[in-house]
Amino acid sequence: MSSTTVHVTTSGTIGLYEPHKKISMWRDPSSSIMASPGDASSSLQAEAVNENKFEYEYASHQVIGPTISGEDAIRLSEKMQRRLAQNREAARRSRLRKKVYVQQLETSRLKLAQLEQELQRVKQQGLCAGPSLHANVGFAGNLSAGVAAFEMEYGLWVDEQNRRNVELRNALQANVSNVELQILVEGGLNHYYQLFRIKADAARTDVFYLMSGMWRSSVERFFLWIGGFRPSELLNILMPQLEPLTPQQQENISKLKQSAQQAEEALSRGVDKLQQTLAQFMFTEGLGIEMYGIQMASALEKLNAIEGFVNQADHLRELTLQLVSQLLTPHQAARGLLALGEYFHRLRALSSLWAARPRDQG
Amino acid sequence: QINSIRIQSRKETTTDAISAPRDDEESAVVIFSVSSCCMCHAVKRLFCGLGVNPTVHELDQDPRGKEMERALIRLLGASPAVPVVFIGGKLVGAMDRVMASHINGTLVPLLKEAGALWL
Repeated sequence: MSSTTVHVTTSGTIGLYEPHKKISMWRDPSSSIMASPGDASSSLQAEAVNENKFEYEYASHQVIGPTISGEDAIRLSEKMQRRLAQNREAARRSRLRKKVYVQQLETSRLKLAQLEQELQRVKQQGLCAGPSLHANVGFAGNLSAGVAAFEMEYGLWVDEQNRRNVELRNALQANVSNVELQILVEGGLNHYYQLFRIKADAARTDVFYLMSGMWRSSVERFFLWIGGFRPSELLNILMPQLEPLTPQQQENISKLKQSAQQAEEALSRGVDKLQQTLAQFMFTEGLGIEMYGIQMASALEKLNAIEGFVNQADHLRELTLQLVSQLLTPHQAARGLLALGEYFHRLRALSSLWAARPRDQG
Repeated sequence: QINSIRIQSRKETTTDAISAPRDDEESAVVIFSVSSCCMCHAVKRLFCGLGVNPTVHELDQDPRGKEMERALIRLLGASPAVPVVFIGGKLVGAMDRVMASHINGTLVPLLKEAGALWL
């Protein structure tokens, strides 16, 4: 008994293009159509116009006469059975595809739920990690999204940095040409400049987050100066790694270090002044409630200046890197970049060790 | 109105609104500033740290402050108008340019040439 229950008529509207329906008629043992070829032939003849090869074959047998031989009937039945099987197969594949699609939808739905949870968690962290001076929850929510994006970008930057370090180390060990080293050095410097651009975007979104250094490892944070490394300190780290230096180089790098220190001093004093001014804004005597709004508005204006300082500090970092690389040979510059990368890598590693250290119990 | 800053001599910068005092030493370095601006404070500290005694025009305390501000914005094509530094009558620029010229070693020679620094 066929699995499909079909209402079959012998009118000309039976479409042999739906052979499985027709076939069910054939397969139905209770039907005696096989035994009454006459009925079959009349309907089949009506379908002779159909292009179906099967039908033509089918019909051709009827043109000769109203009767089908048993042999022909068996052959036709075989064809139909094949067709049946093919269709069953197609239907099965279709159901399978549908099942896969639904499964994928389910997985996506789960993933979406997870991401939403993650976002919630980040928002919560954004609210707790920073100082309690958030304007309102909605705004903080937006900030957290920008912060999350920055953290992701920075993570990618660090990965790329590590990759470049390995590349540099290999190149130096392999004694590649100065031209090749120069290319690697340019690439490495540009990668740092890229970080400063990423930071500039982050400063626009949440300058306090950038200043807090929460996006860096804990030990790096210890050395933080206006949202990043201290340029003069960088020169201190690099100089021993660049030996041997010519006297001229030594003199130039010393001058550079001194200029960097003076510039750092100036920016630091500027930030101090900003803190002072802001503090004063919070407490002005003898002002009524009407002035409070104006006071706060002025304070907000002041806060805008912080972004300027972070930008200048990053600008100073970029300038220092540029200048020092210009003072060095390609080989020295490559070693310098490698040393720099290695330095920060070790600070990060140290931070991990510190976080994982066994604590005294009680 | 002010359309340009006419530089008459190395020791003097004259416009209708922006003018430097006659004193040679003082006019070597001119800083346009706003008293509450902290970046201006930073630039002043930089020059003081180098041993320079700059002439400072506080726009918020000068009666022609507004005019000067407009002239500066026109000159630099950017806001904020301050801080802006002139050395020996020549425009150095805003904090960006001052930093860059200090780091690349051109600031000190410029100061010496303008007579703002000895040694």
